[in-house]
Order: sequence, then structure tokens, then C-alpha cells
Amino acid sequence: MSYQEVSSLSQSWGLVFLVAMFAVAVAYALWPTNKEKFSKAAKSALDED
Amino acid sequence: MKLLDKHAIFEKNSIILVIGILITVAIGGLIEIVPLFYLENTIEKVSGMRPYTPLELAGRNIYVREGCYNCHSQMIRATRDEVERYGHYSLAAESMYDHPFQWGSKRNGPDLARVGNKYSDEWHREHLIKPSSVVPETIMPGYPFLAETELKYSLIDQDLKVNQMIGVPYTDDQIKFAVADLEAQLDEDSDDYDAFMERYPSAQVRDFDGNRSEVTELDALIAYLQMLGTLVDFTIYNELENNR
Amino acid sequence: MGSKMAFQNNPPTASRLSQSLIAACLALGIVFAIFVAAKTTSGAMQFHAFIIITAFILGIVAIFNLGNRIADEEHVVSPSGVFYNNSIVKFGVIASAFWGVAGFLVGDVLAWQLAFPALNFDLPWTNFGRLRPLHTSAVIFAFGGNVLIATSFYVVQRTCKARLAGEIAPWFVFWGYQLFIILAATGYLLGVTQSKEYAEPEWYVDIWLTLVWVTYLFVFLGTLWRRKEPHIYVANWFYLAFIVTVAMLHLVNNATIPISFVEPKSYTIFAGVQDALIQWWYAHNAVGFFLTAGFLGIMYYFVPKRAERPIFSYRLSIVHFWSLIFLYIWAGPHHLHYTALPDWAQTLGMTFSVMLWMPSWGGMINGLMTLSGAWDKLRTDPVLKMLVVSVAFYGMSTFEGPLMSIKAVNGLSHYTDWTVGHVHSGALGWVAYVSFGALYCLTPWLWGRKGLYSLKLVNIHFWISTVGILLYICAMWVSGIMQGLMWRAYTELGFLEYSFVETVAAMQPYFIIRAIGGLLFILGSLVMVYNLWRTIRGDSAAEPTPENIDNAIAAQALGE
Repeated sequence: MSYQEVSSLSQSWGLVFLVAMFAVAVAYALWPTNKEKFSKAAKSALDED
Repeated sequence: MKLLDKHAIFEKNSIILVIGILITVAIGGLIEIVPLFYLENTIEKVSGMRPYTPLELAGRNIYVREGCYNCHSQMIRATRDEVERYGHYSLAAESMYDHPFQWGSKRNGPDLARVGNKYSDEWHREHLIKPSSVVPETIMPGYPFLAETELKYSLIDQDLKVNQMIGVPYTDDQIKFAVADLEAQLDEDSDDYDAFMERYPSAQVRDFDGNRSEVTELDALIAYLQMLGTLVDFTIYNELENNR
Repeated sequence: MGSKMAFQNNPPTASRLSQSLIAACLALGIVFAIFVAAKTTSGAMQFHAFIIITAFILGIVAIFNLGNRIADEEHVVSPSGVFYNNSIVKFGVIASAFWGVAGFLVGDVLAWQLAFPALNFDLPWTNFGRLRPLHTSAVIFAFGGNVLIATSFYVVQRTCKARLAGEIAPWFVFWGYQLFIILAATGYLLGVTQSKEYAEPEWYVDIWLTLVWVTYLFVFLGTLWRRKEPHIYVANWFYLAFIVTVAMLHLVNNATIPISFVEPKSYTIFAGVQDALIQWWYAHNAVGFFLTAGFLGIMYYFVPKRAERPIFSYRLSIVHFWSLIFLYIWAGPHHLHYTALPDWAQTLGMTFSVMLWMPSWGGMINGLMTLSGAWDKLRTDPVLKMLVVSVAFYGMSTFEGPLMSIKAVNGLSHYTDWTVGHVHSGALGWVAYVSFGALYCLTPWLWGRKGLYSLKLVNIHFWISTVGILLYICAMWVSGIMQGLMWRAYTELGFLEYSFVETVAAMQPYFIIRAIGGLLFILGSLVMVYNLWRTIRGDSAAEPTPENIDNAIAAQALGE
């Protein structure tokens, strides 16, 4: 395995993969149907128990 | 039953979370670390590297035991001032037999990567026993107990054997005669001298702590310090070929 | 761990079967330890075998008394009908405070040793080289680790509204972890060390920690499995990432082969440049996951709780989580700039370290903005002030970190005190402060007190230690940058201007200032210990609370 092969792979598909993963995380966080779940979760920590 | 089914999904969720975490954190490590084992040019091609002699290895183990890495690096960076202060910048090849590496991260004291043969044995003795006797402004602690402690080396062949298992090219003879070799390195007149020199070319043979009556930890540590950074022959080192 | 979820009138107890099984395992361990003690040539190993034998005997006794003790405990059911395992958290709070003070003390001894080397006493077990791992392990693993175990056990129970999984397992985690600390610490003093930074314990101590850690993971997961809400609260994500990743790092970095299973000495299976990268992959992520992700778990629970408002943005916390754990793992090579590590790895490490600035600040903003609309609480609640300042320090050191990972900057800062100062702005300002905040919160909650013994003392603690931190990091900035510049200073004729030892001699005033800063930090922590102890006793210093003050003013106005 040469350095050139590794670096060209990481600079093309590697980059695409990372951007896609980031997009998935952001989409999950901002997905409208998740909104209620998250605001419930945020308040749940404050329950007296 | 219905409740149980639901519960199973929740349990899976936390497992999915664990798997997601593992994948996410594994990517970086894999991409950075694995190529180091496979890319051919990670370790430079040099001549002169050999495994540590039993005495040097014992000395290295004292270096490790005392935590010298807390204050001394063994890694000369490729910058102008470091090369002028300490010598040729360190190569990966120079620590390829180091289990573990001792590059260090902090210089409360100077770098030791090329300390070998820079000072006399007497200087090292005095310096290790009472550092301020040779360097008045030093902040290094003294190690007088090394001169008074006999070196334990009855198991040194085990040490070599484990090193062989993990890739250090010790020969079976080197393991077999490890104890004898350790003693031979301390005595130029011993009968084992020639056999020892054949097994470890370029090794330095003499009594390092100035006390011929016993083998001390000081012997071993000075033997280690005196060989640090002296193995690679830089007169024939090809910098361009090893450019990474 | 097999006990059923309990909604009866009594808290669950350990089954006879699991008690016997675990006791049998410990007994087996004792037999093995006796064998090792008889066979080994190492005095240190023998000493460790005796510690293990003693600990395991105590463990067997404790296991069979566990049921009695739990039955005697007050049967407090929470409003939602859960018997929380509070006693384990109480033990964790006490252990955290104890190890904190101990670790800070050793650190300050080291600081004075650097200023006045005679304090090394030139004995094997008092020299800097053996004490320094004692300090780093004590503060990171003993203090930080206990805080994380205690708070995670608290948070996971409350956010899942479920009792901690297992009856014996959590106690095994707690006491097993203390045993790990004692074996590691005494090992360093006796010269048993791998000399890999922050991973110094030898192979058998590492194996023990692995057992404890896997149990910890299953106790945590087991509690998550008992939750009634479908969603797992984000603080638990951070705790989970911390537990899982630390397990991975620990197992890889400590892969060694001992020379014999009755001898302490072992050899790392990796060598040289590979070992260096694996070590710094480990060590930097000990920072990233032990000292950051774990403590962010604390932030995400305790800051909202104390401020009595939900986290500023739950969505941001999710993006924060994934990007933080993804980016952190790459950052290790920035510890190896200009070394024999191939350039591509150095560049990769630097790039990701700089990117790491963004999720770090996302987290900081999320923590700080939680207080929006409640900033006035900072005036009246010094505990909240401590928590908020910890988040601010987090922001500061996660800005400084990426800066120092840039090759040109690192060329100057590496090997100098600048790094030491940077670490301490994170360790004292962020990790210790957020821990203190959590301890101040937990103590009255757990022991059922109305509040802390004295908020005034919290304020005193805050100011003493803040001055201490500032002295510390400013001294290290000056000495670090100065030494870095002196190393590369040239005379007009083109020679190096200073010998190495001249640059050492120049450090002394700053070493003294640093040691004084550390001393102040210890003083502050002693004030905290006193305050927590009085709170546990149930005392209350008659201090004017804001309400009292209002009443007094009103009374005065009425002419009384």
C-alpha cells in the first residue's frame, strides 16, 4: 500500500463519507418529528425525583 | 408480553447507541494508526541498528522504572536549533526496538536521544549520584541508590525472549547466553568477550560504574545512556531517499 | 445482577446465589494471589499480592453483609416509586473529595520539587520521576474517575427513573476501582510502571481495571435497559461514549506481554513510532473522553438542574455529541509534531485538532446559554457560579488547544511549561470546577439536607482557587514561552545563545509562583471538604440568605 493510494482515497471518498455522516447527524437533530421528543427529553432532566 | 416486546426495542436502542459510538470513534484511530504498520516508508532504511545488549536493556528498564521520561525526551525534532543543540534529528528507525518508546513529552532536563558518548562514565556516575556536583544549577534529583543496589538480572533471558516474541530480532543464541553476555559487557578481559562482540557488534565493553566488585544498577543505566543515539551510521544515511 | 425491577415496599437485595458465586471467584483470586506471592522474585509484586488478598477477604465479608446493610437502610421511595441506589453515590462523593485533595497535594509537592530540588530527598520513592505519575493518576483516575462513576450512577438512575442495575455489581465497580487506584499508586512508588504517560500501571493492574470497567459498562447499560422513557437523555450519551471509548483505548494501548505471570515487568507489543502514535492516540483521548466527554455528561445534567432550566438547545447537544466524539479521536498526533512520525499523520492530527474547536465551543455555548434569563442566579448561588466558570474555562482551554496543535505554535510550545499550563487550565478550571459543582449539588441531595452548610464558604472556595488557577496558568505561560524562545535564541554570530541549564535556571521564579497557585487551590479544596462534611453532619451556618436579607431590610424599614 503506497502513501499516494491512501491519500487519494481519503481525499475523495473519505471526504464524501465524512460530510455524509455529518449531514446524517444534523438531519437527525433537526428532523421536525424529533422536535417534540427532544424538548420532552430536555425537560425530563428537571423532574424532581 | 406486549410490554416486554416494547422493552426489547429500548434495550436495542442503547446497544445501537453503543455500536454507533464504537464505529464513530474507531474510524479515526484506524485511518491514522493502521497505515503506520503497512506503509513501507514509515521506518527509514538505515545501517547500524541492533537490538539492545542484555546490560543495555537492563539499564533501559531502570530508566523506565524511575520514570525518566517525565523530564527527558528522546526525540530530537527536525528544527534548526534542536539539531544544533542535540545532533541529527531522531529517526523512527532509531526507536524501532523500543518497547515501549520513550520519546517523552516534556523537557525539564535536556533531550537524551544522543547523549551516548557525549560525557565520560565518571561524569555520569557523579551526575547520577549528585547532579549538582557537576551541574550546579540543575533541578534533577539524585539517584545515589543506583550505585548501591545490585542489578537483578537472573531473569534477563526472559526479557529478551519476550522482546523476540514481539518482533525484536534477537537470535536464539542471544537469548541463551543473555546472562553471560550481561556479565561479559562489564569486563574487557573476560573469556566471553569475543563471543559477546560477535553477537553485539559496536557494543561498548567496560566497567561502567567504576566498581568491579559488583554489578550495580548504575552499571546498567550508564551502559544504556552511553549507547543512546550512537548506533545509526549517519555518514551513509540517505536523507532524500527517506523523505516522507 | 439478575434482580428484578422492584416496586415493592423493600429495596431489592442480592440473591444468595450471586453472592456465593462472586465470593467464590474472590476466593479463587486469593488462592492465585498466594501462589504469586510465593513464586515471584519481585518484592513489589509480593506486596501487591498481599494487598489483593486483604482486599478480596474484605470483599467476601462485605458481600455477605450487603443484604443486611441494604435492609437497614432507610426505605426511601422516590416520588415516582423507585428505590434509588443512593448509598453507592454517597461513597463516590466521599471518595472523590478524598482523592481530589490527595492528588492536588502530590501535585503541589512536585511543583515545589521543581523549584527546590533538595525536596526530592534523593530516595527512590520520593523522586520526581516516580511521584509525577502518582499525581497524574491520582487527579485523573482517582479524583476524576470517582467523580465520573459517582455522577454517572446518580444521573443514569434519575434520568431513567430506575434503580441502578445489579446489587453487588455497582459495589464491585466502586471498590474494585479503589483497589485499582491503590495498586497503581503503590506500584509507581515501588517502581512498577510501564512508563507510558497516563497508562503507567503494569499488566496485572490493567487486567484488573478491565474487569472493573466492563462491569461498569454493564451496570450502566443495565440501568438504561430499565428505563421507562423511550429516549435516553443526552448526558447518558456522553457517559456511555466515555465508558466505551476508554475501554477501547485502554485495551489497545496496554497490550503488553509480561516476562512471566508472577513478575510485574512487561513489554508493550508495539515499538517506537507505532507505539508513540498509539500512546498519544490513547493519551489525547483520555483527555477527550475521560476528561471531556465524561465531564460534559456532568455539565448536561447538573447545569440545567442547578439553573432550574432545560438545556439551551437539545438539538445542539446532539450535534455536539457526534461531532465531538468523531473529531477527538484523530487529534493525538499533534503531540508528535516535527518528530519521526510521518508528516501525513502530523498534518492529519493538526487538521482535526483545529476542527475540534467548533464542537467544543458548541458545547460551551450550550452550557452557558442554559442560563439565559437566569443570569441573576449567579449572584446568589456560588455553586452555579462554579459550574458556569468551569464551562468558561472549558471554552478557554478548547480554544488554546487547537491553537497549540498548529505546527508552528507547537514548535515553540512543545516540551515546555506552556503545555503544562494548558493542561491545568483544563484540569483545574474545567474538570475540577465542574466536579466541585457536582459535589456541592450532590451532597445535600443525597443526605437529604435542605442545602449546603454554608454558601459563603463555597464563595470563599471559589475565589481562593480561582486566584490559584490564574497564578498557575499565567506563570506557566510566561515560563513556557520564555523557555521555548530561549531554546531557539541565537547570538549575532549565529550560535545558540543559551545552554540548556541556563534556561532551567531562568524558570525558578515561575516555578515558585506556580507552586503557590497550587497551594491556594489545595486550600480551596480543603474549604470544600470542610463544607461538605458539615453538610453531611446536618449543620447549617446561620447565614443571611437573600430571603433573610429582604426580611431584615423590611424589618429595618419598619423601624424595629
